[in-house]
Amino acid sequence: MSEHTRETDRLPASVRAEALEALLTERGLVKPEALDGFISRYVNDVGPMNGAKVVAKAWTDDDYRQRLLTDGTAAIAELGFSGPQGEHMVVLENTDEVHNVVVCTLCSCYPWPVLGLPPAWYKDPAYRSRVVREPRTLLGEMGLELDDDTEVRVWDSSAENRYLVLPQRPAGSEGLSEDELAELVTRDAMVGVAKVSAP
Amino acid sequence: MAFFEADDPAGPPRLNGEMVFDEPWESRSFAMAAALVEEGCFGWDDFRDHLIAAVRRWEADPAGPYRYYERWQEALESIAADRGIVAEPEVGELAAAYAARPPGHDHGDHHHGHDDGHHHHDHGDHQHPHGNGHHHHGHDRHRHHGDRGPGS
Repeated sequence: MSEHTRETDRLPASVRAEALEALLTERGLVKPEALDGFISRYVNDVGPMNGAKVVAKAWTDDDYRQRLLTDGTAAIAELGFSGPQGEHMVVLENTDEVHNVVVCTLCSCYPWPVLGLPPAWYKDPAYRSRVVREPRTLLGEMGLELDDDTEVRVWDSSAENRYLVLPQRPAGSEGLSEDELAELVTRDAMVGVAKVSAP
Repeated sequence: MAFFEADDPAGPPRLNGEMVFDEPWESRSFAMAAALVEEGCFGWDDFRDHLIAAVRRWEADPAGPYRYYERWQEALESIAADRGIVAEPEVGELAAAYAARPPGHDHGDHHHGHDDGHHHHDHGDHQHPHGNGHHHHGHDRHRHHGDRGPGS
């Protein structure tokens, strides 16, 4: 690529996207109905409920938890979740001593098969820079207060790795089934910007 | 910049109360990349390189608020040009023709597609390797905002 015009010189991305789709369609490289299929998949079928099932299983099945921490991609695939941006999954376990939080400083990489597409705040330049510089402050602003003696580890996604946080199982959830536990697990907890609360 | 985001226990768990796409064109742009990867035109890692470059260009010279899928669209055009799939000027020319449509053009009729006669253009190559008709768009195109351009 050589010259890129400034954003102010460019036409709105909405018409550029429409134009590109028309050109790609004309060349037989994309089909509108196939695009509809991708959209439907990522809006309806792939999302944090997948990751929540992984977390709930890890909470109730210690052998699975071990497999998940050893080879995230394989253990997640056991539950049927795989695909683009999920090929190199690393699962990070939160404990009383260590709190993990995930970012992609360069471009908002995100583990699609388990979390779906990223939320707005994850893509925001402020999150991407501040979570590295001042994670405790930022997490506090997002409503997560951590003990002073808890170590915060920030993981920057890369071409090689996508991360999923295994949150701590909340106290008071002892009697719940795996399905009931999965309903407690939020997307934010699996990125590491929240904890899971008991019902 | 507010990062406070209330978890909505009543919301669908997949969304945590938030839509993944703000506007329909964002979903089209996302899906085009996915389709081209599936078609074998490039890999996600290659696309990622172009996306990182597009994000960096914005960071070096921010023009307007940061919008992730605008960077995504720019990356998509850039990799498509790089791989000789669609030259960027072609996209610009056709986009300019679309942008010149009369106001209200796409607000009253949700059913027209790309074959509705508003933007005929000759690319000299009408081969369709997949052979089947792909003329009709059923998706909703009524939200073409012109407010993402200069000064917005």
